[in-house]
Amino acid sequence: MESLSTLPIPKDIPLPLPVESYNLQISIIFLFLLHILFVNLMVGGSLFVVVLEWMGIQKPAYDRLARRIAETITVNKSLAVVLGVGPLLVINVLYTIHFYTANALTGVAWLMVVPVVAIAFLLGYAHKYTWDRLAHQKGLHIAIGAGAALLFLIVPLIFLANINLMLFPSRWTQVGGWVSALAIPNVIPRYLHFLLGSVAVAGLFFAGYFTVREFPEDQIDQLLDRPKVRQMFYSIALAATAANFLAGPLLLFTLPAEGLSWKLAGIISCGVVLAFIVILILWKEIIVPQQTSATRFYWMAALLTGTVVLMATGRHVYRESAISQHRLAMAGETLAYTSMVGIANWRISQGLEMEEGGGARSPGEKVFDNVCAVCHALDKRLVGPPLTEIAQTYPNDVAGIIKWVKNPGRKRADYPQMPAITLTESQHQAVAQYILDLVSGKGQEEEKEGE
Amino acid sequence: MDLPVFHLDFLGNRFLIAMIAVLHVIINHAMAVGAIPLIALMEWWGKKTGERRWDDLAYQILTVCFVITTTFGALTGVGIWFSTSLVNPYAIGSMIRVFFWAWFAEWIIFVSEVVLILLYYLLWKRWQGEWKRYHIALGGVLALTSWLTMAIIVAILGYMMDVGNWTHEKSIATAILNPIYLPQLAFRTPLAMMTAGFFSLFLTYFFTRKEDPFQSAAARWISLWSLGWAPLCLAGGIWYWKAVPDSMVGNLAVALGTQAFEGRYNVILDILLVSFLLALVTLLWSAVKPSRMPRFVLIIPFAVAIVSLGYFERVREFIRKPYVISGYMYANGIRVDDYPLLNQNGVLPYALYADAKEVTEENHLQAGKEVFLIACTRCHTTNGVNGILARLETMYGSDRWDRDTVLMYLKGMHNVRPYMPPFPGNNAELGALVDYLFSLRAYPAPIKGAQTADGSSIRAEKTYDDNTRG
Repeated sequence: MESLSTLPIPKDIPLPLPVESYNLQISIIFLFLLHILFVNLMVGGSLFVVVLEWMGIQKPAYDRLARRIAETITVNKSLAVVLGVGPLLVINVLYTIHFYTANALTGVAWLMVVPVVAIAFLLGYAHKYTWDRLAHQKGLHIAIGAGAALLFLIVPLIFLANINLMLFPSRWTQVGGWVSALAIPNVIPRYLHFLLGSVAVAGLFFAGYFTVREFPEDQIDQLLDRPKVRQMFYSIALAATAANFLAGPLLLFTLPAEGLSWKLAGIISCGVVLAFIVILILWKEIIVPQQTSATRFYWMAALLTGTVVLMATGRHVYRESAISQHRLAMAGETLAYTSMVGIANWRISQGLEMEEGGGARSPGEKVFDNVCAVCHALDKRLVGPPLTEIAQTYPNDVAGIIKWVKNPGRKRADYPQMPAITLTESQHQAVAQYILDLVSGKGQEEEKEGE
Repeated sequence: MDLPVFHLDFLGNRFLIAMIAVLHVIINHAMAVGAIPLIALMEWWGKKTGERRWDDLAYQILTVCFVITTTFGALTGVGIWFSTSLVNPYAIGSMIRVFFWAWFAEWIIFVSEVVLILLYYLLWKRWQGEWKRYHIALGGVLALTSWLTMAIIVAILGYMMDVGNWTHEKSIATAILNPIYLPQLAFRTPLAMMTAGFFSLFLTYFFTRKEDPFQSAAARWISLWSLGWAPLCLAGGIWYWKAVPDSMVGNLAVALGTQAFEGRYNVILDILLVSFLLALVTLLWSAVKPSRMPRFVLIIPFAVAIVSLGYFERVREFIRKPYVISGYMYANGIRVDDYPLLNQNGVLPYALYADAKEVTEENHLQAGKEVFLIACTRCHTTNGVNGILARLETMYGSDRWDRDTVLMYLKGMHNVRPYMPPFPGNNAELGALVDYLFSLRAYPAPIKGAQTADGSSIRAEKTYDDNTRG
């Protein structure tokens, strides 16, 4: 691990957290799980749709099954998005600076989430509502579905790169853009782990969905009856969960050491044990399909939920310990900075800061230097005309100058519009007089020189 | 200053937000907040009159609204968040700390809104007969939640704009009680209803046939809906206009046009009013003689609505300048409180990712560029939208560029351009900034943000030094 002194240590936003950090941490685990559940169903579901519709070319029963799954995506994708906003809110509060740093460094990809997801959703609708119309152009129809699925596969990579980069301040000065954020070694294993998880969760969900929901007779045939569908999805869930027994360790080994701890190991091991029990039950369900029971399905759902909760907790524990030292250092920087700000403000309030340029200036001169001089000089054009010209237009006419300054019109086409200037009445008076004096003073000097 | 600086040097950061936000507001107002009550009312009308086609038309309009709101509508909402927190992370970060519960409540209502629209749309064909009245009631509840999400966000928007007392109270109560809140809501609500009418009218002419007398009946019905809201919209608009605090009225002329249009402010206001009248005439036409209405004319009120919504948002965004959070944080993301320290010591020593920590003879152009990134790029680009060179060009033409003149201007610009924040750094940095601007003028190289491969953190490619100094 790099020493803290070489890391960028930003200051935090100097406002208190609105809620106890502990409560935010608990809520982020659960809010995020709710979001990821629907993301799993959306991603896993759209992958199933593509494969099953393709298989449906040979065996129409699969086409009908694909269509039933596609219908669920309408609901799942909308819930995935709206339930993502809650955890986003909590991340914004809890990891403000870490999160915004990662956002900025992967900014373009991060913004692309918006059009990519919107287009994926539109493709999803197009796919769902053209099922009959494109029945004879299956290739095109499958391509539309595959387009949506492909976009769904890209989006998690953007989120992962971002949320992962936030944990490693040591990378912040090296990364520029999404691709370089993807290159942090644990990102791809983490993505793999997520994808397999999506397939497992969606597999289990659809096994239950097609068991519980009524399945009209005209939508099935002998080749694909209800137990067969269930067995198929159970097999998919089993395969994906088993594969995660490889992807999981791969992720663990590629994780930067910053946040590893025995606590993390304990939590993850418990999750692994539960996942193992799920696999055993799945195996039983698949090899003896005639003895299947709804109770066992609910058990599996509960155990898998347990696994996911433990894994999510593990990830949170990792996250917290990865940045805990950095956060402490940040608090120190923030405190030091706010004290300096406080002192600077105090000195101003005590009048300890000498005004720049010092000396005894008349009120008119002060206003002129701060306001008018921004655009006007004595005898040459800056933005507006020189004072000598102004004095010619308003000879000894203080009131005329004030009237113009308060509500300027536009006299010359090749000059920009002058903004209206708001001052106190005495300031207006003083500065207009100062301008006239300055010009006449200059006139006198010239006369002297001429003598 | 503690974050890598995200920057789009052609499009401009504000324009990015504006694009996403205006699209979102149009979809939200015309296809959700305004459309749902219209659709539910039409559904009820169909049940009451026993005419099946009202129900069909309502369902068709809802289909379009459903597809658009659940795709681009929802995603641009998220997009506003993404883009504002990229462009102005300090403002969003600060506001979320204060308005956490408002945002949380907003989210809960937002979730209900999505669940309800899924139910409302997907159950339309299933809840018939006995169930129809429950379905209509569902539409009513959905309309209410859509309006509530808007009502909460307007509270937050209003809070950012009003001078209020952020510095003391920092609470949701002051947001709701701020003097712009109710007028803004009173304007947005009927505007959304009217706009939804325009949009539905437009769709009606596509979903029904010209020979069909139902087309006339439906067009008249929808036109009357929009006409009914028109006086409220006008009244709300006037109230809103008047409620904008005096301190901000000074900027309104610039807000409505760009700087070049400052003098033509009244003309633009007239154009808006004329457009409003034009929309009214179209509505009256389609209410009285719907069968004689050519389809393309319906583009007019819809386009007018889009332009007005765009202008409305532009005005709202502009009048809070020079602040992003009134009285607390300037548009450059630097707090008012930070100024005394930064004016004294400079911004660079506190800029985490800056290469130059202090302006020297060797690094002055790099330092100037970093100062530009910190102090100017939230609103300005080099040569793109609201480009800094073009801005200076309007003042100094091509021949009056002078180092001291520009320096003097940057030092006092906030006094003469009330929408500009004061320069946050110290004198050395101001000089470096001017040097950088002159080098930029000699060789206009775009400035890269932290999101690019070679723009790691605040650093960008090496600055071109052409000895234009002095």
